[in-house]
Amino acid sequence: MSVVDSGTLPLRGEQDIVLARQAVRRMSQEIKFGIVDQTKFVTAASELARNTVVYGRGGEMRWERLREGAREGLRLCFADQGPGIPDMTLAMTDGWTSGKGLGLGLAGAKRLVNEFSIDTAVDQGTRVTVTRWR
Amino acid sequence: MERIPILRMGEFLLVTIQVDLHDQLALTLQDDLTSRIEKTGARGVLIDISALEIIDSFVGRMIADISAMSRILDARTVLVGMQPAVAITLVELGLSLEGVRTALDVERGMRILRTTLDDGAVDERR
Repeated sequence: MSVVDSGTLPLRGEQDIVLARQAVRRMSQEIKFGIVDQTKFVTAASELARNTVVYGRGGEMRWERLREGAREGLRLCFADQGPGIPDMTLAMTDGWTSGKGLGLGLAGAKRLVNEFSIDTAVDQGTRVTVTRWR
Repeated sequence: MERIPILRMGEFLLVTIQVDLHDQLALTLQDDLTSRIEKTGARGVLIDISALEIIDSFVGRMIADISAMSRILDARTVLVGMQPAVAITLVELGLSLEGVRTALDVERGMRILRTTLDDGAVDERR
C-alpha cells in the first residue's frame, strides 16, 4: 500500500468542521467513490471533526490518499491533545454521550467506514483513524 | 450574520436550506423559525433539504428539535426532498428522525400539511 498524496487541515473551530467536510467531499469525488459512499464518508468525517473540536478542544485532520494494487482509498486521521477517553467501551456505545450530542458520533462513524481505529490516553489526547476504499 | 431565509406562504412557513449548514447557522435557524411561528401563527412548516448533501447527528438533532418545538407551538413540520444517499447514511448512523414527518417533494409536503390542518381544525376559521 502506498500513500499517493497527503495533507493536514486544522480543526480549531466550527467553521473548520465545514472546511474539513468540503475537503473530504472533494477528495471522495476525485477518487470516484459512489454517491452513497461519498455521503457516508463525509458524514463520518463531520462527526469525527466535531468530536475533535468539541471534546478534544481542537486538533487537526490528516488525510492520505492511498493506493493498493488497483484500488484507491482515503484515510483520515483526527488527532487532538485533549482529555482523552477514559472508558472506550462506553464511548463506543450507541446513545452514550459525555456532552450534549446524541451519542452517535463514534459508534455511528464506525458504521460508515471500512476501517476504524482509535488510540486514546487520558490527559494526552485521542487519535481516530478511518479509511474508506473504492 | 448569515441566516437561512424563512418565507411565508399563507399559514405555512417555507425554509429552503441551500448552504452547507454549520452548527451556529443551524441553531440560528431553530431560533428564527420558532419566533416566526409565534409571530405569524403559522400552522405548518415545510423544510426543503433537497440541496443538503449530508446530515450528521448535529443537524439531525436540530431537525428533530425543530419538529418537536413547532409541534408544541401548534404547527406541523414536514421535511421534504431528502436525497436517497442521505437517508441511507442517516439510518446507518443510527438516526431515524422519529417523530419527524417527511415527504418526497415540496408538493407532497404541502398536501400533507393541508390535510393535517383540515383534519385537525374543525371550525377554526382565521
